[in-house]
Amino acid sequence: MVGRPRIGVLYSRVRVEEKWIFAAMERMGVDYERLDDRRVFFDLDRPEPWRKYDAILERSLSYVNGLYALRVLNAWGIRTVNTAAVAEVCGDKLATSTALAQAGVPQPRAVAAFSMESALEAIQSLGYPVVLKPVVGSWGRLLAKINDRDAAEAILEHKLTLGSYQHSIFYIQEFIEKPGRDIRAFVIGKRVVTAIYRKSNHWITNTARGAEGELCPVSPELEDLCLRAAHAVGGGLLAIDIIEHPQRGYLVNEINHTMEFHTTQPISGIDLGGLIAAHVLAVARGKT
Amino acid sequence: MTTVACPECDANIPLAADAEVGEIIVCPECGVDLEITGLDPAAVALAPMEQEDWGE
Repeated sequence: MVGRPRIGVLYSRVRVEEKWIFAAMERMGVDYERLDDRRVFFDLDRPEPWRKYDAILERSLSYVNGLYALRVLNAWGIRTVNTAAVAEVCGDKLATSTALAQAGVPQPRAVAAFSMESALEAIQSLGYPVVLKPVVGSWGRLLAKINDRDAAEAILEHKLTLGSYQHSIFYIQEFIEKPGRDIRAFVIGKRVVTAIYRKSNHWITNTARGAEGELCPVSPELEDLCLRAAHAVGGGLLAIDIIEHPQRGYLVNEINHTMEFHTTQPISGIDLGGLIAAHVLAVARGKT
Repeated sequence: MTTVACPECDANIPLAADAEVGEIIVCPECGVDLEITGLDPAAVALAPMEQEDWGE
């Protein structure tokens, strides 16, 4: 790379987050190109059109489209935010839990099973209620809180008939009585840049499901946990979702690798779009 | 002010001055999600339905 790095932003829709990222790049004089993931293709024998980018920021709405793009780009040696390895772990809840367990990062108890019988046995071992989640999914979609065996049998049977093989991979978490909120913290490289509480009377506290944000102070304990969690999944640009357990303290629930921040940026006053643009530039220059 | 016609209900929808191609807007009359597909001339199309692997 000589002179200014050239950045590609792979996206599906211009959400407010993309608007903020593009605006920051323009303000910072970044040489960048918008790449609509519905219009691009990857000829595996011809990486040249992509090699003009020093780094690519992946913001696809579709997890699998983003993941496959990252795999190809990384195989060609093109730097990406985040890497395919990180997306692979963060986009799959079972892979995330496995990585967190391996690193000794506290998290809710989770079990995986592949049949109705073993899932019922696993749920029994955790104790009702439990939360059943699709291994791939977001925005609180298709989560089920299961209070008893009757509900478990019904929901497991429904999931077995849903069609996609992924619905038959049962990812089951203990249900945690959290204090009407969870925490979303933003990690960029080796820094926790801000955090918010997501408050809701519903047990699902995604802002996509109506939860409201409030600034959360980043204590040294929270910061340490977030950095350990980020390191466990490979690091980069990450949003860490944390539950406060009444006895066990902070537990890492999920980690997002193409995070939204339409609630966090106005509440925190932190220019996340600008920080993301700066991080991508640093990656392009090989300084991360 | 630039306006577009909703492909679902034919309502006349004003576009914001900072509208961008790829942005999603909601028709104020029928509530359908629309994607801005052009600005010069202004154009919108029904936005794709949310897929199971969409998210963050």
